[in-house]
Amino acid sequence: MTEGSLAALVALGAFHGLNPGMGWLFAVARGLQERARARVLESIPAIAAGHAASVGVVAVLVALTQSVVATRIVAIVGGAVLVGFGLWRLLSQRHFRWVGMRLSLWQLAGWSFLMSSVHGAGLMLVPVITASGGAAVGGHDHGLGAAQGSAVMSGIFVTGVHTLAMFLVAGAIAVVVYEIVGLTVLRRTWFNLDRVWALALIGAGAVTVLTA
Amino acid sequence: MALWKPDPTFYPSPRDAAAAPPEKLAYVAAFDRSAAKPDAIAVLDVDPDSGSYGQVVGWTELPYPGDELHHFGWNACSSSLCPSSPHPHVERRYLIVPGLRSSRIYVLDTKEQPTSPQIVKVLEPEELAKRAGYSRPHTVHCGPEGLYVTALGGANGEDGPGGIALLDHNSFEVLGRWEVDRGPQYLAYDAWWHIAHDVLVTSEWGTPSMVEDGVVGELLLGRKYGHSLHFFDLRKRRHVQTVDLGDEHQMVLELRPAHDPTKQYGFVGVVVNVEDLSASVWLWHREGDEFAATKVITIPAETPGPDDRAALPPVIEPFGAVPPLVTDIDLSVDDKWLYVSCWGTGELKRYDVSDPFHPVEAGSVRIGGITRRTPHPAAPDLPLAGGPQMVEVSRDGKRVYVTNSLYGAWDDQFYPDGVGAWMIKLDSGEDLTFDERFFPHGDDFRGLRPHQTRLQGGDASSDSYCYP
Repeated sequence: MTEGSLAALVALGAFHGLNPGMGWLFAVARGLQERARARVLESIPAIAAGHAASVGVVAVLVALTQSVVATRIVAIVGGAVLVGFGLWRLLSQRHFRWVGMRLSLWQLAGWSFLMSSVHGAGLMLVPVITASGGAAVGGHDHGLGAAQGSAVMSGIFVTGVHTLAMFLVAGAIAVVVYEIVGLTVLRRTWFNLDRVWALALIGAGAVTVLTA
Repeated sequence: MALWKPDPTFYPSPRDAAAAPPEKLAYVAAFDRSAAKPDAIAVLDVDPDSGSYGQVVGWTELPYPGDELHHFGWNACSSSLCPSSPHPHVERRYLIVPGLRSSRIYVLDTKEQPTSPQIVKVLEPEELAKRAGYSRPHTVHCGPEGLYVTALGGANGEDGPGGIALLDHNSFEVLGRWEVDRGPQYLAYDAWWHIAHDVLVTSEWGTPSMVEDGVVGELLLGRKYGHSLHFFDLRKRRHVQTVDLGDEHQMVLELRPAHDPTKQYGFVGVVVNVEDLSASVWLWHREGDEFAATKVITIPAETPGPDDRAALPPVIEPFGAVPPLVTDIDLSVDDKWLYVSCWGTGELKRYDVSDPFHPVEAGSVRIGGITRRTPHPAAPDLPLAGGPQMVEVSRDGKRVYVTNSLYGAWDDQFYPDGVGAWMIKLDSGEDLTFDERFFPHGDDFRGLRPHQTRLQGGDASSDSYCYP
């Protein structure tokens, strides 16, 4: 794993954390509902856990595939999927529907998992994983089994770095909005990240295919 | 097309919404009782600095006669900012306008020409019947799963049960029946929710056969009209609890939950108590795991003088009294003031409900009324029929708009010599007073009767909020 891809992982994590729809807003809402900062703080790990699960599935899957299929093919297929998904996100009128505000922390993690999955949060990492060349953590290859073992490790590592960045950014924003700024800020600063997000997916996919 | 920034009319909290700029236009449903010509959405200039203030400045006529426009609502509102499934970049631009008698639903676009909304979609009654099994669409609310439209009647030859149909908030297609388990609920009327608590509340009027030809004396005295509240799990769409107000309390109509999402109480009006013709307002509130309802306002019937007694319409003549008939109530966005329409006696009352269990009357105006016929101060020689009926409050709580028609067949029973057509504006400050510059009436409405008002950008009964 190069420094470049590490930085990209962190940047994507920060981008996901920044999106109000990915969870910090829900954390703030839970805090405001009971006027308790503890509710904000306890929500962020649950949201991060759901996000990690969603991203982790993709990361491990891609890394595992890379251990048996040529990286180039994985990159091309992954990139194509990414472009397709991004186009769908950009053009589709449909959006995530979830009813219910009174959630347990488990349910909140589940909500975050679904929210991240339908937005293709894990897919966005595909270029980084393929660029870093699959089993980057293990080093010594001793047959297929070891390669797969290190691929899983690599997937977990990617997920961990990404989620940590997401967790820190989302947590910081949630606390600042809850404690200091207030939610009126939403009216001025809630940019349509869904569109930026869709464009990011398409761009990342295109780059992956072209550089594969 | 989605916006880059949230629609400026969406507010995270009721506190923020109360600081919204004053509305410049009001949309009013107007219907032709004879069903000879089409109904219309009238657009009124409510900007006091404008030259045409208080006048009808736009008029969108519908393509068909006989719809009986009644209530309507916006395609999107502040609930779009809720964190569980946020979609803040949709626009509040379409009015969803049901025909209560025809069961047709119109979608009007107010964006391109705000004073002349364009009809962009018509949902035929067959679609509502086929997909949701309902007819007589009434209240429209924008919420977590799309648009919630209450309906009074069943479909395909069935009188009931009434319930809620769900509409897609992009395509406006009917998605289906909302209820998964309606429990004992059969009668329908209004619905709203405690959105942050996953609670939906419904109220009861009557089925189409009970209301469309006027109030039926035997049914009323037999206590057959609605007298209960129903509480549903908004998430699971399941009936949880019925709260019966007592069968003497006939017709439980407008639901006004607290706008503060941390609160779980609300007000509902009851038209008439058949034991003494009084009207009442009830407070529903959380009590442990359940909801309870408490009568917090009682408005007694008025006994007219001997001269007026002869003027009583046949429907109430045997009782020798004028029932107040609380047919609409509205709660200000800050949850401080409750406005109560007494359509029978011709009075609009204002209550301070800072302590919801103990409302304190704090202002009243008289206009119209079955026997009083109180004129408007701007036309003191013109006795007015009808009474204060639909009441809508601006987001900042300073302006209150009121129209005079209740429902075609019922207008004719209680005001048999003609209900007329008028709309007024009240200024709500320390006192509640008439705005003498605002009194569109009579021919201004082109022979149609005005019903619900919706204010540009939202009002006190259009939006729900997920943040306190």
